[in-house]
Amino acid sequence: MKHAKLWSWIIFGLGAAYFLVPLLATVQFSLSIRRDTLSLDAYTNVLQAPAFQNTFGYSLIVGVATIIVGLLIVVPAAYFVRLRAPQLRPIIEFVTLLPLIIPPIILVFGYIRMYNSSSPLPLTNSVVGTNILLTLAYVALALPYMYRAVDTGLRTIDVQTLTEAANILGANTFTILMRVIFPNIIVAVLSGAFLTLAIVIGEFTIASLLNRPAFGVYMQNVGANRAYEPAALAVISFVITWGAMGMIQLLARFAPRTAARTD
Amino acid sequence: MSSNTDTLVSNSAAPASAGAAPSRPRFLSGVRWGDYLGVAPFLIFAALFLIVPTLYLVVGAFVAKDGSFTLQNIVDLGTPQIVSSFWISIRISAASAVLGSVFGLLIALAIIRGKLPPAIRSTVMTFSGVASNFAGIPLAFAFLSTLGRLGLVTVILKTVFGFDMYRAGFNILSFWGLTLTYCYFQIPLMILIIAPAIDGLKKEWNEAAATLGASPWQFWRYIGMPILWPNLLGTISLLFANAFGAIATAYALTGSSLNIVPIVLYAQIRGDVLNNPGLGAALALGMIVITAVTNVIYLVIRTRAERWLK
Repeated sequence: MKHAKLWSWIIFGLGAAYFLVPLLATVQFSLSIRRDTLSLDAYTNVLQAPAFQNTFGYSLIVGVATIIVGLLIVVPAAYFVRLRAPQLRPIIEFVTLLPLIIPPIILVFGYIRMYNSSSPLPLTNSVVGTNILLTLAYVALALPYMYRAVDTGLRTIDVQTLTEAANILGANTFTILMRVIFPNIIVAVLSGAFLTLAIVIGEFTIASLLNRPAFGVYMQNVGANRAYEPAALAVISFVITWGAMGMIQLLARFAPRTAARTD
Repeated sequence: MSSNTDTLVSNSAAPASAGAAPSRPRFLSGVRWGDYLGVAPFLIFAALFLIVPTLYLVVGAFVAKDGSFTLQNIVDLGTPQIVSSFWISIRISAASAVLGSVFGLLIALAIIRGKLPPAIRSTVMTFSGVASNFAGIPLAFAFLSTLGRLGLVTVILKTVFGFDMYRAGFNILSFWGLTLTYCYFQIPLMILIIAPAIDGLKKEWNEAAATLGASPWQFWRYIGMPILWPNLLGTISLLFANAFGAIATAYALTGSSLNIVPIVLYAQIRGDVLNNPGLGAALALGMIVITAVTNVIYLVIRTRAERWLK
């Protein structure tokens, strides 16, 4: 059994090296823009670039829009499936798996073919239309995470009783969803929202093929033209991902613990 | 909204009403049309932005330039350029899936059953959550800073050990470079997926085997691995699909010097480099078929594997 423990440490050490060395290397590289001395110039260059601020702001707005649209679609569906139409669950769950099966590049290729200028719904014709299309594409990407988060949230509360109580007090379905169900699952919803944000902020393929000025496209551009700034961007986006995941962990502590933690 | 209360009441009597309405398909029984209003936006969205666009490409693969039905696009997938792009994609996806699952499994076993301090386990799991989402462009930058020509590891190996990786034939813009990079999100994904399965290996099985005189090796050979095996196979196919559809990392890392399928498709969407829209759709069809098949394998195996892990 001594051997087992030794091997565990060796494997863990190798794994830690594989995962930590690239992070260290990136930090080190991002600091070495000046010869023979460490400096934060790469970071100031990046953070002060108007393109950084514009694209980051753009992706942030698209991310928030994605979360709002996603919730408007997912929350009622998950609620009705749980309460009134459990027969539809297999269909809905299959649909939420689709974005994991269909690669993003296929999705956007389909959109470009389907919503081009000669189609009945020519979304790619205008800037507004393309922004809408990008948001909807991200909603599609986020669907599995969003649905799972909301469904987990619904599982921890007694949907049936809450709905009946609200009904007796005269609330209609809209009021029930907005003022009873939603506030009760807000913690679960937020964790889905942060994951969505982490995915949307750095997304490259769809934004690039729809020609939108997103953060992922900007990063790719910097990567093709600069030496040290990409490393700084990688560090920044790792911190963002880490922050989003950290928020999820933090939120998990506030989640109601009435139901089993599994699935 | 009196219909609300109606449905609610009738819902509690669903089994009875289901029997009374045999004319409806079974999965629709007990569903009032009003209930569909809540699910409708979801289904309409899924149809318009997931299902129809994909089918549109599938159909497009069988349409000739003049709009007639053709199999020529599928036949044209056999051109050397496209075959070689599929081949390199499949090799990279398979290699990163196998390496990712082997090392992911080893790390998961080490942190869960290797008697390491519990803090290590939770740290690794949290880090895996982050790293499995740390893909795309930034990951390419991180590996360029590590194993690129001026990367930290390259430089240290050269100056300290006198070993020039690039002269020895290594290149980050190659099969191995990309495979090594993909492992950075494949291994954590494997850890996240396989950890519950390893948790499902009951302690009692260990004790029972030990009581009967089994060595640790025999335990893993005859009990542990046979139970984990379906999970392992399933996850390999999931990781394969995961790598096969990925493009951003490869694009930022190699530009277009490594022609994996998604990069060829990307160039085709950008500027019709294949000079044939139908062929682009056929390329997409090829990708859909491969990712769909591997994902279905994963789902089927996972359903079977869950029997043991209740």
